[in-house]
Amino acid sequence: MPDSPPSSASPLHALHAAAGASFTDFAGWQMPVSYGSDLAEHHAVRTAAGLFDISHMGEIVVIGPDAAAALDHALAGRLSASALWQAKYTLMLAPEGGIVDDLIVYRTADDRFLVVANAGNRAEVARELAARTAGFDAQVFDESDDIALLALQGPAALGILRALDGFDVPGFAELGYYRCAAGTWGEHDVLVARTGYTGEDGFELYLDPDAAPALWRALLETGADSGLIACGLAARDTLRLEAGMPLYGHELGLDTLPVQAGLGRVVALATKGDFVGRDAIERGAAPGARVLVGLTTEGRRAGRAGYGVFVDDSRSESTDGTEPPTEPVGIVTSGALSPTLGHPIAMAYVAPEVADGSVPLAIDVRGTRIPASVVPLPFYTREKK
Amino acid sequence: MADETALKYTPDHEWVAVDGDVATIGITAYAAEKLGDVVYVDLPAVGSSVTAASVVGEIESTKSVGELFAPVDGEVVEANRAVLDDASLVNSSPFDDGWLIRVRFTELPDLLDHAAYQELTA
Repeated sequence: MPDSPPSSASPLHALHAAAGASFTDFAGWQMPVSYGSDLAEHHAVRTAAGLFDISHMGEIVVIGPDAAAALDHALAGRLSASALWQAKYTLMLAPEGGIVDDLIVYRTADDRFLVVANAGNRAEVARELAARTAGFDAQVFDESDDIALLALQGPAALGILRALDGFDVPGFAELGYYRCAAGTWGEHDVLVARTGYTGEDGFELYLDPDAAPALWRALLETGADSGLIACGLAARDTLRLEAGMPLYGHELGLDTLPVQAGLGRVVALATKGDFVGRDAIERGAAPGARVLVGLTTEGRRAGRAGYGVFVDDSRSESTDGTEPPTEPVGIVTSGALSPTLGHPIAMAYVAPEVADGSVPLAIDVRGTRIPASVVPLPFYTREKK
Repeated sequence: MADETALKYTPDHEWVAVDGDVATIGITAYAAEKLGDVVYVDLPAVGSSVTAASVVGEIESTKSVGELFAPVDGEVVEANRAVLDDASLVNSSPFDDGWLIRVRFTELPDLLDHAAYQELTA
């Protein structure tokens, strides 16, 4: 007997179960972690295409004559500068400057924005948006339960959507990176965005949950000859890690200032007026605040979230006879053996004085210190055609 | 093809095939599937002694690290080189080519039979 869907289940749950997916709890959602081989799914996205169900993401609409101004106040970016059908990566900040969530905001009309939040932060983001926009002529609607989200990612994604029967989106042929367009698939409305979380070209498709299973099947059928396969959250995580993309709860959190995460450029300090978190951002990070770096190691054993980063005693010359430091200089926030690169990669917060790679570092992998090199992010960049 | 119904099991998802005083040990298909694609296996050295219920190795997938517990007291007489070279054997053939270690044991503890293990993972 198949398990009955739990309370927070994707509209595609039955399809995933029938496909033999293994599931994981993610922010209260039972989501597919893999359909068999997470490595095969990872490689499919890098070389062909992968289809992800990410219906757990939150979709919150902000609408009204003052919607743009309201979001300029509520969020870190200057959303009023977004062109119609433009997507923008931005942050919601706490008054203390920490990160409440990282968001993609699509402008779908002069007075309408679609804010896409992480599943675990959806309620908080919706609540904060409502509170922060209360003084503006704008309204906030959490439409997450009425929107399914599929991500079609990989070099073959464009060709698959072009070949999809019944896919009719005016302007799709010219759709640029971080742009979106509205159209239909059959009788169903669909918003298609050229965005993603894998480091590949790809698209995200927003539509009615009732129509999502049929679109899922149609995409897999259309893309089968191109190498398209269904992909789970395990592959999504290794893909985004290779692409150097932060994950909320790992690289981002309330105790992290954007500048520490390398996201200072996301905060529109110079181009807009007051916004929530501005004072704290102007004060800046405390001296010595750790900063996000990329680390690579040799061999096969990966540093993982929570592992300590140390100065590598074996490689640092001790000339004055003093004991080498034993306190960690940092902590790994995400790590895995990179399926594409073949060696372990990790993101870590480290003390600023060791972030430039001038000091040899090591990750403590369950008792073994493994030498690590600081490298620029991302670890992987696709070849631009 | 190993006869899974003839194997013994531990609650830590190891299987044990007994031949005389040597136990061949691996992890079950259930455990391998839970781990995801295995990319690295660390096994105890041949000649080392192991104690039942202690951690003697690691089975690392892209997303997590599983520990290998020794199901018996004894001495490691063989570690599967093929798995050290190609960890994906743990996924593709958990009950055969993906075996991990052989241990000459002194005494065989109570282990689960196939039916009891099936019940545990149902």
